[in-house]
Amino acid sequence: MGAEKFLFYIFSVLIIFSATMVITVRNPVKASLFLVLTFFFSAVIWLLLEAEFLAIALVLVYVGAVMVLFLFVVMMLDVNLERLKAGFIRYLPVGIAVALIMVTFIISVVGGGAFSLAKIAEPARHLADYSNTKEIGSVLYTVYVYPFEIAAVILLVAIVAAIALTLRHRPETKYQNPVRQIGVTKSERIRIIQMPTEKKK
Amino acid sequence: MEWLFEIYTALPRVVQVLLQIVAVLVPLMLSVAYLTFAERKVIGYMHVRLGPNRVGPKGWLQPIADAVKLIFKEIIIPSGANKYLFIISPVLSIAPALAAWAVIPFDDGVALANVNAGLLYVLAITSIGVYGVIIAGWASNSKYALLGAMRSAAQIVAYEIAMGFALVGVLMASGSLNLGAIVHAQKGDFGFVNWFFIPLFPLFVIYFISGIAETNRAPFDVAEGESEIVAGFHVEYSGMAFAVFFLAEYANMILVSALAALMFLGGWLSPLDGILPQSFMAVPVVGEVLGSGFHWLLLKIAVLLFIFLWLRATFPRYRYDQIMRLGWKVFIPITIVWLLLLGIMILWRVAPWFSGLG
Repeated sequence: MGAEKFLFYIFSVLIIFSATMVITVRNPVKASLFLVLTFFFSAVIWLLLEAEFLAIALVLVYVGAVMVLFLFVVMMLDVNLERLKAGFIRYLPVGIAVALIMVTFIISVVGGGAFSLAKIAEPARHLADYSNTKEIGSVLYTVYVYPFEIAAVILLVAIVAAIALTLRHRPETKYQNPVRQIGVTKSERIRIIQMPTEKKK
Repeated sequence: MEWLFEIYTALPRVVQVLLQIVAVLVPLMLSVAYLTFAERKVIGYMHVRLGPNRVGPKGWLQPIADAVKLIFKEIIIPSGANKYLFIISPVLSIAPALAAWAVIPFDDGVALANVNAGLLYVLAITSIGVYGVIIAGWASNSKYALLGAMRSAAQIVAYEIAMGFALVGVLMASGSLNLGAIVHAQKGDFGFVNWFFIPLFPLFVIYFISGIAETNRAPFDVAEGESEIVAGFHVEYSGMAFAVFFLAEYANMILVSALAALMFLGGWLSPLDGILPQSFMAVPVVGEVLGSGFHWLLLKIAVLLFIFLWLRATFPRYRYDQIMRLGWKVFIPITIVWLLLLGIMILWRVAPWFSGLG
């Protein structure tokens, strides 16, 4: 067994472990931290596949930004653990039934045969100076330029919509106007007055 | 020296790599220790006082004394704190600060790992550092710590975008993500005029300011604003656990300075490189000093670190909403406009920076 295979199995086990912990651990903060760990180990698996751009982008975007905001929200919400635990036994049969239906559907659609080693060709190995990032860029901005730009526009619309939906102007809220604060002059703030000095008798 | 090298080559690869890591990290840790001393001295002189001058000659043993003191202090774990996360969060904050040094080139071809996507790696690794702060704030089971962590998380996410855009500018200008190649792209016939800080000046300034915000340094240190939330995310930490947070902050400062030096200030290149005739470099001592080399990188890092300290002694702390405004409404628009301008400059092959781009 080569070192690469050894690493693959170690990190696969770790992914499965942390993914299971995400759904079994009680505390929501811990669950999201295990999700971070799952992302991290998935990035390692991608690195083993020589997909270093995807691996780094996963760490940069999901671990570095998305999950930070997620944790931010989870920590601010004081989730009541007792209420989460209540009714676990009562809902268990329904949960198992739904899970079984889902698994049957997935197996019937995807099937076990799609995943054998023979079905998927081994990725071509490249030399050390091969730049994955450059290759993705050259394909993304030539062959797939329209899908790429349409996706960008859709994301922009989503950002604008999300801000427009949550932005409320309340008349009672007081705002500062930084331009006015910076542009303030001496004459607006202080008044120099002449006073006669006190005369000693 | 010969026999040392022979022993080194006979060692297995893993041990060699470990030795290389030690060779980078030991000087780094020493620099961190003496950066704290430099900070106290520099700010002391700026405040017209002496700074530490009692321990050892002229106070030079002060950082050692501080370290010894911190090592022997008790680490108190607050009641109700999450013990594992409480202990692991200092580690989470220092590990990325050290791991990022793997791709930093110190001289032509001298780096722990010559990675193609080095710039992306640095950006990704440094973005993990925020977890140390957030987890510390949450695991301490303290309101001050949680508030500090929240402030820090929002601030780091906001400034990372501006920082990322500044790095996109460097990537466009050099056409590479490899830090060594970025320095090589700044080599030319005009010495320091060829460096990227001239065509990318707004990005350089934004990168450096974002770097200060990312490392939670004054004037952006609301995450540990003493006057508002005691000490922010590390209120509950004592002894070595606190010291590790401190080490991470200073290691990150050095990292930001090193990256700014590499990407905008020509890294190990001499400012006279290309201006002086080639024959001049053969002059024994003067040629060595004025020629490109590790000492120039060190000098640039030292100057940038001095600016870090200088800013801390000069500016009052930003208000929280002003920090957010600066990040989102000032820096990001400037970087986007400058990226457009940069694209035009590259398209027109503006000499001397972009005339050689393929």
